[in-house]
Amino acid sequence: MVARFMSLKEAVASCVKDGDTISMEGFTHLIPHAAGHEIIRQGIKDLTLIRMTPDMIYDQLIGAGCAKKLVFSWGGNPGVGSLHRLRDAYEKAWPTKLEIEEHSHAAMANAYDAGAAGLPCAVFKGYRGAELPRVNPNIKFIECPFTGESLAAVPAIRPDVTVVHAQKANKKGDVLFEGIVGVQKEAVLAAKKSIITVEEIVDDFGDISPNAVMLPNWAVTAIVELPGGAHPSYAQGYYKRDNAFYKAWDPIARDREAFQAWIEEHVINGGPEDFAAKREANKG
Amino acid sequence: MVEYTPTEMMTVSAARALKNDDVCFVGIGMPSAACNLARLTHAPDITLIYESGTIGTKPDVLPLSIGDGELCETAVNTVAVPEMFRYWLQGGKISVGFLGAAQLDKYGNINTTVIGDYDNPKVRLPGGGGAPEIATSCGEVFLVMKQSKRGFVNKIDFVTSLGHGKGGDDRASYGVDTKGPSRLITDLCIMEPHPVGKQFVVTSIHPGVTREEIIENTGWDVEFADEVAETAIPSEKELQVLRELHARTAKAHGDQQ
Repeated sequence: MVARFMSLKEAVASCVKDGDTISMEGFTHLIPHAAGHEIIRQGIKDLTLIRMTPDMIYDQLIGAGCAKKLVFSWGGNPGVGSLHRLRDAYEKAWPTKLEIEEHSHAAMANAYDAGAAGLPCAVFKGYRGAELPRVNPNIKFIECPFTGESLAAVPAIRPDVTVVHAQKANKKGDVLFEGIVGVQKEAVLAAKKSIITVEEIVDDFGDISPNAVMLPNWAVTAIVELPGGAHPSYAQGYYKRDNAFYKAWDPIARDREAFQAWIEEHVINGGPEDFAAKREANKG
Repeated sequence: MVEYTPTEMMTVSAARALKNDDVCFVGIGMPSAACNLARLTHAPDITLIYESGTIGTKPDVLPLSIGDGELCETAVNTVAVPEMFRYWLQGGKISVGFLGAAQLDKYGNINTTVIGDYDNPKVRLPGGGGAPEIATSCGEVFLVMKQSKRGFVNKIDFVTSLGHGKGGDDRASYGVDTKGPSRLITDLCIMEPHPVGKQFVVTSIHPGVTREEIIENTGWDVEFADEVAETAIPSEKELQVLRELHARTAKAHGDQQ
């Protein structure tokens, strides 16, 4: 199966369904915001959201009632504060109850790697003396069969769908990631299906290193050309992180009505084409 | 007479703890300011590593998030996050982890998960992120945190990341062979673990701070070393570099509106 170029609407409609386990990764960089908005617009429900660093886009999905569970290792608006929609859902079940499964970064990074590698679980030196194993039954300890050393184990992450953003695809549908590449490649390879939104589709990638971080077209399900699709996150080489908007998100997310009004205006009545202007505004 | 704030005193003291040949895993916030101040003053060759995968980064402004583009653009190399945690951190390549906390006990155990009960928290904090493994895999750990009774508690509500456990040799009983918290820098003083009991002991007090102030702002019974030093005040150069760094940072983050 070779990747197909699609519209965002078509990609989400054909790849994501109610109840799916979905990973929308991005370590500050290349966060697929436009795709998150499309999931909200399509009213997809009961998702299990996986991400190491859930930030604004998961706050929006949770506040919009798309999620039943969150698997994560650090949930916040970096440098700003709490995710208020996440906290409201978890602490007060608004708009619906949110279950959480909490890990450390090392555990999730290893679990994505294990998912991509076709392993049932990840084994690592982790959680030593830490309390999360007490509250998360998906953290176990096993003994190394060779040395007897106690090692942490967590289940591999195998999403139904992974959604990520990248800088470029070529006309064949190969995808190129540059900069802080996070766990995007692992998350795509661990998933049954994948949607990759890209800043642009080019004839060829030109003079890049043979060791560049790439996914060949046969390892990707759907590709969507979506300039600015990571905003207010950033795409290195295209636009900067809109730090001011991350700060502006705090008061919006604190208040249920302000949040709903924002979603109505910018998501329900918005569309993927709105993101191109954000890209222009954050060049620098 | 040089004037400075307690926060500046803390950041400068924290920066001084780092050496030019350290390889340092940097936490966001206060640690990030201290680590970059060290790099811009006495430790120009220090290797700063952020968990987003940037190795040997030299940001001109402090990142708002751990994965700001500035970190990647100025790094020697940027690696994938699984590689960062597996090869570089777990592989034992990092000499110092520099962390902050929401709650801390006298053995340097850290809580960044919840205030109150885990299932019914009073305050849900962001969570551990990289800290649980940074705390155990780095050669040693420096902690930087403003001192208060609320933050410096007798018993933390949740052990996100291991310090010296219950003290003494307890840390090693978890199969951890790294040193753990070796220095705690606050806005009032510097504490170091007792060589045997591992509880924090005040070893240096910042100028103008009294023992009473330290006691009033600590939830555990404060111990003072037999000989307590007075922390050297920030030099003009340290203050100038720190203030310029903060000014550049504010401008950069505000400019993008």
